[in-house]
Amino acid sequence: MTEQIERESGGIRTVEVPRSAASPRVWKFGDDIDTDAIIPGRFLTINDPAELARHAFEGTRDEFAQSVLPGDVVVGGRNFGMGSSREHAPLALKGAGIRYIVAESFARIFYRNAINIGLLPLTTPSTDGFADGAEIAVDPSGGRVTVDGKEFPVEPVPEFLQRIADAGGLIEYARIVGEVETCSTTSR
Amino acid sequence: MGSTLVEKVFSRRCGSDVRAGEVVMAPVDAAMIHDITGPLAIRTFLEMGGERVFDPARVVMLFDHQVPADSIPAAENQAIMRRFAAEQGILNYDLREGVCHQVVLEKGRAAPGEIVIGSDSHTCMYGAVGAFATGVGSTDMGFALRFGALYFRVPETVRATVTGAFPERVGPKDLILSIIGDIGADGATYRAVEFCGEAVSSMGMAGRMTLCNMAIEMGAKAGIVPPDETTWDYVRARRPDIEPFPLASDPGADLADSRTYDVGEFEPQVAVPHNVDNVVPVSRVAGTHVDQVFIGSCTNGRYEDLAEAASVLGDGQFSDRVRVIVIPASRDEYLKALRAGLIERFVEAGALVEAPCCGPCMGGAFGLIAPGEVSLSTSNRNFRGRQGSAEGLVYLASAATAAASAVRGEITDPREV
Repeated sequence: MTEQIERESGGIRTVEVPRSAASPRVWKFGDDIDTDAIIPGRFLTINDPAELARHAFEGTRDEFAQSVLPGDVVVGGRNFGMGSSREHAPLALKGAGIRYIVAESFARIFYRNAINIGLLPLTTPSTDGFADGAEIAVDPSGGRVTVDGKEFPVEPVPEFLQRIADAGGLIEYARIVGEVETCSTTSR
Repeated sequence: MGSTLVEKVFSRRCGSDVRAGEVVMAPVDAAMIHDITGPLAIRTFLEMGGERVFDPARVVMLFDHQVPADSIPAAENQAIMRRFAAEQGILNYDLREGVCHQVVLEKGRAAPGEIVIGSDSHTCMYGAVGAFATGVGSTDMGFALRFGALYFRVPETVRATVTGAFPERVGPKDLILSIIGDIGADGATYRAVEFCGEAVSSMGMAGRMTLCNMAIEMGAKAGIVPPDETTWDYVRARRPDIEPFPLASDPGADLADSRTYDVGEFEPQVAVPHNVDNVVPVSRVAGTHVDQVFIGSCTNGRYEDLAEAASVLGDGQFSDRVRVIVIPASRDEYLKALRAGLIERFVEAGALVEAPCCGPCMGGAFGLIAPGEVSLSTSNRNFRGRQGSAEGLVYLASAATAAASAVRGEITDPREV
């Protein structure tokens, strides 16, 4: 997967094409990974995903920003993304070329923010078998993820969020729908 | 089947019977943005094709995380927001009023039965006035600014019934820390927590704000206190046009969980590093050396908290081994404390008193801690690196425990000072 990342600095806009991972690998994290860990408060004046990505997990796991490759997969335990509503956290991961986050459960605001910006957070019953650095392939439509040749099930996102995910995020979804009907009930 | 308070809020605003688990596109009565998450929300609003916000009178804008601007990027972000407010006709409180959540309530921008969002996770604090209030990210906020509505999955309710009377020097912060320790950091994910019982109904608005503020620390979507006379007195002093109406869960309402707490036997509680649900009685960590004490924030920066801290301090001095930072949550709270002589007492005792803002809780503006240092804070999060170095340690406690610890230079039971 090759993504272009636009970067604006000092009024000069450059486009980088980062090196992709030939074989995406697992960045394994534990339970209760908070958004302060994903992007510390002192970097919240930054709004650019690529720039945020340089500080992802700074202070708690410095090698992430140094060696993550586009296409790699962030894996967490329970309650991934707890804490602050800062969208800078999923944006920092997006800026690093992350597309999927697989965890046993997600904190509510992070989960929604991730879908809104075009990332796909997927839940699986246990990430115990996901070794750090293992090769990983994610197949969301097939409902599975393969880690070092072994398959694990992933659950689909709720229907109303899937529509936003399918559009590529909430901005794209809003452009498509154009207007909203207030108090429409969608699904249980 | 009866309805929960939260189901009633959504049903009332939608004009039809709405149940937990349903996903509704509900109208937003107010939307709050601040200097950290606001610039991204404005950008997403524009990227969605937004030209005019849905209703400028329903947008609350202010700056509290990095004020006065502590860097050029912070100044640029605030400048973007000032321009947007001017273009859109939004009342911008700028850096004048204080911490966002305190200001929203003080200015009457949230009321019983309303649906309020803020691009800050502690937006759940407005449940103190019986509003359904929840924190959202910047893209959801951009959507709400554009359309005046947002998707909500109506949450199930967890009820926390609190009985008994607080012993001296024990209060709402000790209660909410204890509840979080019991329910866990993700124990209420996607749910609303309803606080009720005699210990809540006898609590003033300041204490109810402390409770609801920290609902997010159990993963909750909202915290809410059923509106009563105390609520309506507070709200009607700010919104005299609103007539009180009954709003409470029905006796037969379907609850996801129900727990009871008796505060009569409580002792002061402390959340120890690095999770808010690592809660222990103060006696377990008493004697731990502290380098910095922060009394303030949306959680515990109100007059009542400052008065409690001053009462513990008495006519004593803070330890000269401790950096004591006191920050009232808002201009109003600052003035109340100033007029009561509390500010003078804190300054005499050796504290730094700063103008209303998020302060060290933000972990990026000022009051950061070095590797190996210990901060005891009345704020809401003790995550690794939250107040500076990831090698530092943050403990959370009440204003009383913070003041006692600042006097002794080590974590101290406020009943011993």
